[in-house]
Amino acid sequence: MALLEVKNLCVDYATIDGGFVRAVDNVSFSIKSGESLGLAGESGCGKSTIAYSLLKLHRPPAIISSGSILIQGKNILELSARELEKLRWEEVGIVFQSAMNCLNPVVKIEKQFYEIFKYHNVTTNKKKAKTLSEELLRMVGIPADRLIDYPHQLSGGMRQRVVIAMALALKPKLLILDEPTTALDTVVQREILEKIFELKEKLGFAILFITHDISLMMEVCDNIAIMYAGKLVEKNTAKNILYEPMHPYSDGLKKSFPSLTGEIKKMVGIPGNPLDLRNIPKGCRFQERCFNAIKGKCDEEPVISSVDDGFFYCHNPLKYNKRGVNSE
Amino acid sequence: MNKKIIFSAKNVVMDFAIGTGNPLRKGKTLRALNDISFDLYEGESLAVVGESGCGKSTICKLAMRFYKPTSGKMTFAGEDIHKLRGKNLKNYRLKSQMVFQDPFSSLNPIKNIYYHLKRPLALYHDIPRSKLRQTMNDYLEMVGLTPPEEVGNKFPHELSGGQKQRAYLARILAVGADVIFADEPTSMLDVSVRIGVLNLMTQMKEDMNKSFLYITHDIATARYFSDRIIVLYAGHMVEWGDVHEVILHPKHPYTKLLIAAAPDPERKEKVELPVVKDVDSEVTAWSPDKKGCPFRNRCPVAKPECAEAFPEAKKISDKQFVRCIHY
Repeated sequence: MALLEVKNLCVDYATIDGGFVRAVDNVSFSIKSGESLGLAGESGCGKSTIAYSLLKLHRPPAIISSGSILIQGKNILELSARELEKLRWEEVGIVFQSAMNCLNPVVKIEKQFYEIFKYHNVTTNKKKAKTLSEELLRMVGIPADRLIDYPHQLSGGMRQRVVIAMALALKPKLLILDEPTTALDTVVQREILEKIFELKEKLGFAILFITHDISLMMEVCDNIAIMYAGKLVEKNTAKNILYEPMHPYSDGLKKSFPSLTGEIKKMVGIPGNPLDLRNIPKGCRFQERCFNAIKGKCDEEPVISSVDDGFFYCHNPLKYNKRGVNSE
Repeated sequence: MNKKIIFSAKNVVMDFAIGTGNPLRKGKTLRALNDISFDLYEGESLAVVGESGCGKSTICKLAMRFYKPTSGKMTFAGEDIHKLRGKNLKNYRLKSQMVFQDPFSSLNPIKNIYYHLKRPLALYHDIPRSKLRQTMNDYLEMVGLTPPEEVGNKFPHELSGGQKQRAYLARILAVGADVIFADEPTSMLDVSVRIGVLNLMTQMKEDMNKSFLYITHDIATARYFSDRIIVLYAGHMVEWGDVHEVILHPKHPYTKLLIAAAPDPERKEKVELPVVKDVDSEVTAWSPDKKGCPFRNRCPVAKPECAEAFPEAKKISDKQFVRCIHY
């Protein structure tokens, strides 16, 4: 059984004129325990909406209009508020983009840890809570004596580490990382991600890693799912997405990042602009920007096609010859 | 190099007074830039990379005359830009423009795109009224905003981030700037349109002979767009030279660290970050009374001598310079 299974999830945002904008449209994917899945896409494609709805953290005007989210077989859309509270943090931890700002500025780190343990019935003993939190801090690479500090005494990177330590405090089975390092410098980003993936090996939790930096994701994740305008367009192993992406959008995203050490060639990126979800064209949503679109054929909704280890939605996927070179 | 130098900085030092808000406490001095010297040639792009807080943006702000340097000078066409007055100052403002990180706040939200182009044309260039519309359309087409009639009448909120940044670049072309200070011009844009804006800037550089000072934290785009690079750490130039030389054969331990930390999907094996662990990885603030190499606390190959003085620039080749005790 998969740890997390999302089936045909649709999330709508109510608009001021009484209509709806579908931010997440018919998205299905699953995560096995111990797996790391990267969810990539441009801003506004619905990746954060997915992260919020997985734990039912979304607020109106967003509503989940259909679909199901199963975490270890439990449909979280049917859980009561009480049961949800238990599920959050204990089964699934989440780290947000500006997580370092979610620490309470007037409460010492030590007390913020203590409150987690208290409300989730781990311990009410302050001494015991302290040893537990010291251990957690050491795990993310912060000296344990920083527990008595207030958040402003720590640097941005350290605060982000504290939040990650907090997310891991109750040993969740799934950790959702929504752009956890976007606000940080490259060196700090690398250190934190290395730590997270090292802990993943040690503690065996699964990771849903959401970011727009696809080159970073390809380096750290096992599998990658690519989203465009609310739809999942392709999912495959990181290696396949890197060398043989099937969907023209995945290929375009990959080509939007210049190589660090390879040959420098002129790149084209993706023409046009991200889709406005208020007026969605008929059929494939990417056709306007797609170099591989077939006139007429792409006006129909693409259906799922399976390839080894993954799937994609495209009428005219890229083809490769034996050496993995795009043959067109 | 036989190209003409258009802008240069000589031994620029910039100090900021901090903690002066409390009259009972003696304020401290923060040294944001220490001994910065560079030449920018015509039709060339010079990248400045480093982490946040290393002084990248301060260089731009000095060049825009927001601040005056504590010592040293910046020159444009041979003249000190902080001593310009009157007509010469107006000319400098015409010839140097800055691109900001956030295109959402650099355009006036209640004016349409035509207005943004009309103002510089009316203020600085005598364009007859009958030709104004055609000139503006030409600039819009130049930056790839088509059809110009349609885009020109739109308001900033009707454009996407990439289009806004293009409109802003059209405005800079309308002013007629030769030196463009681009402070992270693509980091707020959607990933799929970033490369398009970089290509437009490359086109401006190559076809129109514009010079760019390209401030970024993304080394891969610096290599894509720029000819030369400066690596900045805590306000110190630690390594500079030809962009390919510096990125493919880094010499300074900090440059090596930056490159090891940058994401690269084509990297075959995992690299260990070349840095001392358990030291806080934020850039440390520099002050005038400190001496030695600013990177020594995190440097894996630091020697006791590193604490004494910041080494002089050492020439590795014609195209690469480094300030490190090991060279």
